[in-house]
Parts: sequence; C-alpha cells; structure tokens
Amino acid sequence: MDSTRYVLRMKNITKEYSGNQVLKGIDLEVHPGEIHALMGENGAGKSTLMNILFGMPVIHSTGGFGGTVEIDGQSVTIDTPQKALELGIGMVHQEFMLIPGFTVTENIKLGREISHPNALSRVFGKSMETLDMEAMTRDARKALDTIGLQVEDYVRVAGLPVGYMQFIEIAREIDKTGIRLLVFDEPTAVLTESEADRLLEAMRVIASQDIAIIFITHRLDEVMAVADSTTVLRDGEFVAYRAIRDTSAAEIAELMVGRRVEKLVDEREDHRQLRDDDIAVQIRNYTVDMPGELVKGLDLDIRRGEIFGIGGLAGQGKLGIPNGIMGLYEATGDVTILGKKLDLHKLGEALRNDVAFVSEDRRGVGLLLEESIEQNIIFSAMQVKNKFLRTFGWIRLLDSAAAHAHAREMVQQLDIRCTGISQPAGRLSGGNQQKVCLARALTLDPKVLFVSEPTRGIDIGAKKLVLELLSKLNREQGMTIIVVSSELVELRSVCDRIAIVTDGRVSSILKPDDSDADFGLAMSGKKGGGKRG
Amino acid sequence: MGEKLKSTVAKVGLPRIIIVAFFISLWFAAAGLGLDLVQLFSDCLKRWGMFGVLVLAMVPAVQCGIGLNFGITMGIVGGLLGGLVVVEFKLSAIPSIVAVSPLLAQWVGILIAIAIGIVLATGIGWLYGLLLNRVKGSEMTVTTYVGFSIIAFMNIMWTVLPFKSGVLIYPNAGEGLRNTISLADDYSGVVSNTLAIHPEGSSLNIPTGLILFVLFVCLLVWLFMRSKTGIAMSAAGANPQFAKASGINVNKMRLIGTTLSTVLAAVGILLYAQGFGFIQLYNGPMMMGFNCVAAVLIGGATPKRARISHVLVGTFLFQGLLVIALPVANQIIPEGNLSEVMRMIIANGIILYALVQNKGGDSRD
Amino acid sequence: MTKKKTIGEWLFENKVMLIFAFLSIGGTMASGQSVAFVVNELMTRIARNAFTILSLLIPVLAGMGLNFGIVIGAIATQIALFLTTHWRIAGITGILATAALATPLAVFFGFLVGKLFNKMKGNEMIGGLVLGYFADGLYQLLFLFIFGGVIAINDPKLMIATGIGVKNTIDLTETTKYALDTVPLLSVIEIAFYVVIAATILSALFKLAQKQTVDWKRTGGILIGAVVVYALTFIPAVERFLAQDRMLLLNAVEIACAATVLWQLWKIVYAKSIRKQAGFDVKRPLVYIALAVLVYASTYLQAVYDVLVYTRLPMTTYLCILALCCMNSALLKTRLGQNMRAVGQSRAVANAAGINVDRTRIIAMIFSTVLASWGQLIYLQNIGTFSTYGAHTQVGQYAIASLLVGGASVQKATNKQAILGVILFHTLFIVAPLAGKELLGNAMIGEYFRVFVSFGVIALALAMHAWKKVAKPALASGEKDAKKA
Repeated sequence: MDSTRYVLRMKNITKEYSGNQVLKGIDLEVHPGEIHALMGENGAGKSTLMNILFGMPVIHSTGGFGGTVEIDGQSVTIDTPQKALELGIGMVHQEFMLIPGFTVTENIKLGREISHPNALSRVFGKSMETLDMEAMTRDARKALDTIGLQVEDYVRVAGLPVGYMQFIEIAREIDKTGIRLLVFDEPTAVLTESEADRLLEAMRVIASQDIAIIFITHRLDEVMAVADSTTVLRDGEFVAYRAIRDTSAAEIAELMVGRRVEKLVDEREDHRQLRDDDIAVQIRNYTVDMPGELVKGLDLDIRRGEIFGIGGLAGQGKLGIPNGIMGLYEATGDVTILGKKLDLHKLGEALRNDVAFVSEDRRGVGLLLEESIEQNIIFSAMQVKNKFLRTFGWIRLLDSAAAHAHAREMVQQLDIRCTGISQPAGRLSGGNQQKVCLARALTLDPKVLFVSEPTRGIDIGAKKLVLELLSKLNREQGMTIIVVSSELVELRSVCDRIAIVTDGRVSSILKPDDSDADFGLAMSGKKGGGKRG
Repeated sequence: MGEKLKSTVAKVGLPRIIIVAFFISLWFAAAGLGLDLVQLFSDCLKRWGMFGVLVLAMVPAVQCGIGLNFGITMGIVGGLLGGLVVVEFKLSAIPSIVAVSPLLAQWVGILIAIAIGIVLATGIGWLYGLLLNRVKGSEMTVTTYVGFSIIAFMNIMWTVLPFKSGVLIYPNAGEGLRNTISLADDYSGVVSNTLAIHPEGSSLNIPTGLILFVLFVCLLVWLFMRSKTGIAMSAAGANPQFAKASGINVNKMRLIGTTLSTVLAAVGILLYAQGFGFIQLYNGPMMMGFNCVAAVLIGGATPKRARISHVLVGTFLFQGLLVIALPVANQIIPEGNLSEVMRMIIANGIILYALVQNKGGDSRD
Repeated sequence: MTKKKTIGEWLFENKVMLIFAFLSIGGTMASGQSVAFVVNELMTRIARNAFTILSLLIPVLAGMGLNFGIVIGAIATQIALFLTTHWRIAGITGILATAALATPLAVFFGFLVGKLFNKMKGNEMIGGLVLGYFADGLYQLLFLFIFGGVIAINDPKLMIATGIGVKNTIDLTETTKYALDTVPLLSVIEIAFYVVIAATILSALFKLAQKQTVDWKRTGGILIGAVVVYALTFIPAVERFLAQDRMLLLNAVEIACAATVLWQLWKIVYAKSIRKQAGFDVKRPLVYIALAVLVYASTYLQAVYDVLVYTRLPMTTYLCILALCCMNSALLKTRLGQNMRAVGQSRAVANAAGINVDRTRIIAMIFSTVLASWGQLIYLQNIGTFSTYGAHTQVGQYAIASLLVGGASVQKATNKQAILGVILFHTLFIVAPLAGKELLGNAMIGEYFRVFVSFGVIALALAMHAWKKVAKPALASGEKDAKKA
C-alpha cells in the first residue's frame, strides 16, 4: 500500500436530481492496494456516488455532476461505462451478472472473448472470428487461481452454490487487463458466514496485488476486519474519513446515524395508557418468504394503542413483516391480532380482522394508477366490508352516490390536492398518492394499521403532514399503528418504541431517545447494543 | 398547436386515425361512384350486430388480465354445437309452437341453442381459465395456438359426431357434417328480422331486433362490470398485486373473466350464424379471434384495458370498412377480393401496432 | 455435478418425441403401405423441408423463440421466383438467379422483422405469427393488384386473362423444377475445387500484400489436397458414380458408415497420440464405430436392402442441408454465436457485458429469414409447381411443429432435434391419411388429425414454456432461501 499516491480522488462532488440536492460536496480518496470502506445508511448517497464514478447514463441524462475526478493523479471525465472500464475501474455487482447456462470460463470472458480470424471473418468482420477456447480457459484459470477459487472452469454456473457466483464475478473483473480499482457493492449480503470469510480473504489477496478496493457494506464487523480506511456519508453529505486503526465500530455507527431528532408530537397531549399486558399484535416464530426481505423466525409484541416503529437496513427483512401478515407473500408462524389468531394462508384474513396496510410499493401494490381517486379509496372497503354496494336481488352493484360522497369527504379530510375525485391516481404527486393510499386504509376503519415506508419519495412538507396524520389517528382514535421505515429519524420522531430488524429477526427494541451509537450498532447486527424498552 | 396535435395523435394512435380517415373517404368514394348508400348503411348495421357480441367477448378477457383473447374459438365451438343440436332435433320448428307463431318457434330454437352454448362454454371456459392461470405472462401466444388446436380438433369431431339430419351431413352417405349448413329452415335471421324496419320500396333495412339484443347483452356486461365481482375482476387485471393486497383471489377473478369471455363468444357465434344464415364449420371460425381482437383494438382498446364503448365503436368501424370496401373495390378493380386482402392488412396491422405499443411484453415479466 | 438421469426422467423429458415415434410407427403399420414406399416418400420430404426447419435454430439460440416470421423469408423467395419464371430463366441458372434476387430481399425483410421484434421483446412469437398474416396481406396485394395493375406484366402464362393479378398456380416445370436436385455431385466438386484453389491463392497473396506471415505449409497442403480430391474424380468408376444426379440410399448409408468409422478413429488417434489428453473417454467413439458397423451389417438383411435400393436421394439438396447443419454448429464457435447465446439467455447480463443486444437480435433474424428463403426455394424447385397464394402460408406452422416434435423447446433446439423432428413429423404426415382410411374408412380424419397434431404440438410447447417461466421465479427464491438457512 502506497499512501503517497492516490488511485482515485473524487473532490467536492455534488449532484442534484431535478432541484433535489442528493450529493453535497463529497470527497473520496483511495490509495493503491487499499481496501476502503464506503459507509452510510440507505439513501446516504453511496450509489449515486458510484454511478458518477462509472459514468452511468442516469447521471449524464440528468444534467451531470459537479466536482472533479482524478485517476492516478490525472484529471479525467468519465461519461460512459466504457470509459470507466478503459480506466481500469471494475464493479462486482450485488445481483449476479452471470449467465447460468454458460460455463465458468464463458462467463469470465463474456463480451471479451478471445478469437482468431478465419476465412469468413476476413470478409464479414470480427464477429465471425472463431473462439479460442483454450486461450480463454487459460485466462479464466489464472483469474480463478488468483482469488483461490477451486472450481473446474468447464462446469456451468447454473449448478454452483450462490457463494461461488460472487467469486466468478470477481474473477471476471480481475481478468480485465489493467484493472486498478474494484468496487464491491454489498458483496457479503447473499453469502453464508464461511463464504463471507473467504470473500474477505480474497479481497485481501486482491489488494495485495496493488488493486484498490472500494467496499460498500453495512456490516461493521467486516469493515473492522478487512478495511484500511473508511469514508462515512450521511444524507448526501461527507461526514468523516477515518483510518480503521484509529477508530472503533461504535464511532462509525454513531457517524452513520447521528443527527438531531425532532419530536413531532407534543408529549403533554399524550393521555394514552399503554400497558404491557394489553397486546394488539402478537407475533411468534414468524417467517415470510418475501424475496430480498426474508423474515426468519421473528417474535414481537406490540401494545394496543401505541405507535410502534420497525427499522433496519434494506434487505434485512423489516418489509417482510407487514407483507406477510397481509398475505402478499408466503408466511408461517403465529400472528394474533387483538386476541384472534390469523390463518396466514387465507387471503384477506388480516383485512377481515380490522388490520389495514399501506404498502411501501405505492405504484406497484398501493394504487390502481389508471383508475380514479374515488375507485382507489373505496376499493378495499367495498371488497372486504361490502360498503358502497346496493343489492338488487342476487347482484350487488356499486352505489355511486355513497362512493362519491365518501371520496369527497376523504379528499377534504386528508387535503388531497387533485382536480376532482375522478382524476386518475397515477397523475397525482407522490405525497397525494400516499394520502390516497392512507384514505383507502382508513376507509376500512382499521384497529391496527401497518404503514410501510410512509414518506418514501415524497417531499418534506408532505412528509410532515403524513407523520402528523398518523400520530393524530393514534392519539384521537386509539388506533394501533406500526410504522415500517428505513428512515430512523422519522421513526424516532413519532414512535413509542422502535424494533431494529437485522437478518430477519429483531436485534433489539429501542426507545426513540436512545443514543445514536445504540441505533447504529443495532442496525449493523451487533447484538447487545441496546436495552429492551 | 403542433405539440397538441402530436400528443393527440400519439394518444389516439396513428393507425386508428388512418383507419377512420380511410373509412370516411370510402363513404365519399361510394357516394361518388353512385352506390346505394342507404343499403350500404343497412349492411353496416347488420354486420355490426352480427359481430357485436363476439367482439364484446374481449372485454371481460382483457379486464381480468388475460389480455386479448385470441382463443374465443373455444367458446365458438360450444355455440356451434348448440346451434347444431337445435337443427338436428328441429327445435326451431316445434309443431305446437309453430301453430302459435312461426317466429316464436324460431326464437325458441335460437334460445335453446344459446342455452346449450352457454352451458358448454361455461365448462370449456373454466378449463381454459385453469390453463391460462398457469401460463401468466404468455397468455396471448398460448391462447392463439390453443384456439387453433381446438378448431383442428373439432375438425375431427365434425366428421365423427353422430348427427343424422340430412341438412347437416353430406349427402350420398358422405362422411360427417357439411362445411356450410344452411339455416333457412331453422332460425336464419330470426333475431335480425324481429322488429326490423324495412320500408317498402326503400333499400333501408334496420335489424332492430339484432341491435336491441346486442345492446341488451352489452347492458348485462356493463352491469356485471359495475358489480362487486366485476370491479374486483378489473382490479385483478389492472394490478394483480393491488387486488391481492385487498384480499382478492386473483386467479379466481381470471377464471371468471375467461369463462365469461368464452360464454359471450358462444352467444356471439350464434348471433353471427343467424344473421349470416349459415353455420360454418371446419376452418370457418379459425380466424374469428383475430377479427374480434382487431375490432376492439380499432375501437381504442389496449391489451390491458378494454371498454364496451371500444367494442361498439371498433366493430362498427372495422365491419363497416369491410362492408363498404367490397363494392367500392369492385367498382375500381373488378377482379380479386381486394376487401379480403384489406381485412388481412388492417386486422393484423392493428394487432401488431398494439403489440409494439405494449412495450416489453407483459409488465409482469 | 452432472448426475446420471434415470430412465423415468429421460422418458418424461422426451415424451413428445416418444409419442410421435409411437404414432409414426403405429401409423405406418396401420396404413398398410410398404416400408419402402414410406421411406422413399420420407426421403423426398426431408430433402424438401429440412432446410427450412434448420433455419429456425438461430432465433431460438438468440432467445427469440420459435420464429413464426419465417413466412416472410418464403415470401421473399416467391417474389423472386415469380420474376425469374417470368423472365424464363431455367435450370440451375434459374435457381442461382432466384437466390441472388431473394437473398437481398430476405436480408432487408429480416432486418425489418428484427427491428420490429426489438420493439416487442417477450412477445416475438405472437408478433411473428401476426406479422406473417400481415405480410401475407401485403403479398396478396402485390400479386393480385400491383403485378399487372400498377406494374405492367405481359405474360399470359403467369397472369390472369385480364392482365391484372397473377394466376393461382405457377408452374415451374419448364424452368426450375428439380434444377437443384439434379445437379450432379461431380459439378459441385468441380466448382468447389476451383473455389478452394482461388480462395487459397488469394488469401496468400492478400497476406503477402499486408506483410503478414504466410503459413506456406498449410497453404500448400490445402492446394495439394484439393488437387488430389479433384484428380480422384477422374477415375472412371468414381466419375460415373458422381455423375449421377441421384444416389441410391444404399450407397448413402454405406458412405455414412464409412465416414463415421473414419471420423471416430481420427478422434481417438488425435486425442491419444497428438494431444495426449489424459481424461479422454475412448468408450464413446468406440460405441459410435460399433453402431456404424451394425448399421452397415443390417444392409445385408434382405428387407432392409430392398428398402435401401428402392430410394434415391437428390445429392446436392442433401449436401445443402448437411452444409447448413455444419454452419449452424460452426456459428456456435464464433464470437457472434457466443453473443447470440448470451443474449438468448439473459439480455440484461449480455448488455452489461457490452454486447449490443438489439443488433445481435437483428442479425439473428436476418440469418433466419435468409435461410428460410433458401429453404423455400429448395422446397418449391422440388415440388415443381406452387400455389401463388398458399405455398408460403403454412411454412412457419409446419416447420415449427416439426422442430418441436424432434424434442426441441422454445429455448433450446439443435440440428439433431431438427432432423429427428422432420423425420417423425413427416412420417406422420405421409401415413396419417392412409391410416385414417384403413382404420376408420375416412381419409379426411387422418388429414384432420395431422393438422390437429401440428397445432397441438405447438400449443403444448408454448404452454409448457410459459408454465416453466411462471414456475421458475418461485423455485429460484426457494432455492436461495434453502441456501441461506
């Protein structure tokens, strides 16, 4: 490791998406042969920064970025992914960019096959050249040996264990000539513990060959084990640069999370009586098979009348909890709502037991984009509770008058900004769409309300309104509200208690005013950070 | 102004604009050539009524999420069987009813045919729906070939089914049912001629009964689409995840939609047959699915959304176009069947256009 | 990694093929026809149809599914053939002229089809089918109204009496009928000889001009080899044999057996003595050799012998089919073929690896359309007459059904499956009406049955493919879960 030279220097990087400042003067410096951890919560700006480094079209089609990028001391402009490739920057993707039906060799040399000319290729050009499988195998073997993967080069990727695939991805990057900087985007997320250890070992081997590594991860212990230095981002801002030997896991956790929390609710108006033996939602040994958000045997008690927060990093399983209860994904275990045990295999069971849900995927699950606001608001209540229907003999027809009236009332009550209740929901702004989703949930008159990512993708003003509405519903109607969110600040501003979910289980339950370090450590999966609240 | 024009064109779709312009210009051409416009208009109405219910079968299919149902031949087969049974047993000429009124007897005949068709189509449609629930995302490709297969399968059946009536089977101890079966002695034109307005000396002929019947079926479908189940079905088609989140069994809704579509096709083919005066067997109904899909697309539907208004407008435009094109083309180029060539180009052209608009295949992919 | 498949699994995977094998054999027995008749008929049909079926392989490789759009290749050929017939270009010249005319047309059509398919990714199959009908409409417009109506064509033999529109059938008897089938092998060898000599010398000169090193040994070897082969044809017996335009099936079988033995021996020698590969499995080639010997031995059985001397093969046509098989497998070993495979398996990954997905798909369509147009030419010259408005309509339907019968699927198709498919499917086609007549006293039932089978097998394949596509995501996530637990 040579600490006088920089393989990469990004200075004062700024970026805005349609007026929204997402990066505010970020610096990133990496030495040759160094493993540099890039840390931050979801939405801290890591992926945007990497998109800039790779010259992704999404950056340049939205007005480019500010600041300078230097590779090996030379100022460069990276405006296409090809350019990044030529400069020797490689990426190991989070989702595997491998072709299952191809052999290991074919995957490693994908798009960069070695070929030699033949009679046809002289006429029709390079694409008709014959593949030189032997040379390709030699190269692949060499790359595999470098990272120490013992796998035959002629087997198909399809049958290999998931852990191997990551290594093949890495071998492909290593095989590219002149590679000097490799980005690992959460490489251990899909690996088992032993596989993860081997990966870290491989990273060390790669770094020892003077290739620098940018290591994006949420796992603090991995950073402490393998990284030389780290840059911490938060809300698009540069927070700190630390050499790992000068810092501790607790400090990094605090740097990642730390920010002022503003209480949205006035404590004095709180007349609720929360009792530990009055449980609204009891969850035992609960699993959900939601791809990317698996829940693996979780226990949880939520008291009647409280606002309960569920936090944690993306992919750890927090989103699986409400989706499983609502029957959107296969779930097992015992879920008891207000004393009644739910049959998780029966579709609509939760809805019929006074549970409502506002989905995190507003456009995908939450709304009928082409249908009217009215249709969206009344739909669930009509289907579940037979509201807004008139019966003629054996046929139940929509009662338009009742539906109009209710939709108008909701629009007024929640202050949904629209041209009228017949406007298609897809044309509304994010905040107003969220209010429509909430209106539909409220139309069901729920006793328990799950709200998933309530403020994702909506502007600050609307955020505040939505959160205030939730606490008002809680205080005035005694509704039990469970807020699932990636934004800790948001949870800490409204919730009575917050469960942090890591790896499909509750790692700890914290009070909103517990320390930043406790939250940080809980999120990074370090047990024992917080005390049960 | 230019921008606005562009966005309107993009919204309506260039092919539709061309078709409407073509339709209108054909009327002018017909007038210019001195053709009998009143008679042409009557023919348009008749064809509109004949195809109305068949095209209507697209609405529940599209709304429930299986997309354009090229396989309405499944239902057509059921309807044809119903029609044949009535002819075989002379149910449209039951002596005791004929004594009261021959027209009533014919009505009894076609209603029995429709009833048999509905029963058969319900069963077929249910099975068909079960199949389609297993091939989500590729319904169109599968429906097309399943539709072709059933026609080919029925070709075998038509030759072996034990029908006896001389009207039905080939004469001289030939094998199997005839290719084209005349309904002249049965229920030919029964719906079309009921209450028909046909002034003496004028070529005007409005098939009032047919139009009312089609509108009545449309009304039933419209009511269904506004019922609790109908709304749930549309939601399941528009956004299966959304429906599921509201506790709706998406597969069941798709089954209902598919069955309804198949039943409508069975009713539709009988209306078509009585208007046409013949039952066409064998490869006759093979491309019926394509024509119906084309009609509803011309009316403004997409593979994801279709309304009854799309059916009414589209059928009128498409069938009307073919009706006028024939005499006009014959005046200009006497040989060859230009109208048929035009049908192929327009029908398949609009389907291709819809497929291209429906970018990236199904969103569920 | 690769575990031995149980017999049950093998049977299940090849169910379609097995059912057809059963139907074909049963049908042949029921039809009451001699095996010699069926084999003879079959060999003619293979010559006619195999090329078109092979043209389907490349799009499958590129992940575009079964190319229902090959109808458009057939249309290109029919336009060209109409013109060359109108100009009365006869014989092999007529064939070459037609191909020369049809190829650029097919390239252009293929390009357009590829462009269109790129706009409807995932819907290529239904798109191709509809496109086929659409193109048929335009084709009819051209032949019924534009030829004679807009473009004056004075040709009473081809045109309808009024002068507008083309007659229903076009007779090729006086022009290109059998023109390719009857080219003797001798002429092919002669032409190939000159081409090889010219190409080798030109290539050497080209390299000299570019100041690259020339592998003189190799060049000399090729030249000497070519001369030797050519010289062999001057031996009277050989010359007489090659000068025939048809070859006895018996001779073909003998040659094939000899070739197999030689090829497998060479493989063993190459692996053992030249490359000295350690893990080379000698059993496989030995099995092939044993099989070849067995087949050869069976020709001495009277029944087999009778069949084999009854049938004569059109040599050059079979040579074309063989060449296309070789080309299909050679393509796999090129950069382009590798790109197509990658695009076929995952467009996203291929794109991330820097492969131009859209371009690769368009090239695949061009290949397929051009090959289909040549296939249609082979078909039409063998039939000798064609229905102007009907000859192309069923091309895609039957070719695809054949391929699927051979055991191919929407995602995987090989030369072997194509050849096996054409054999099984067309055996059924030959015997179904006859068997229907024998068994049920009605030839039409057999006729309808074969049509039903061709539709049914496609419907089945499409449904199976869609089914798998739906089932797969659930399976994959399940695996992942198991992995993590």
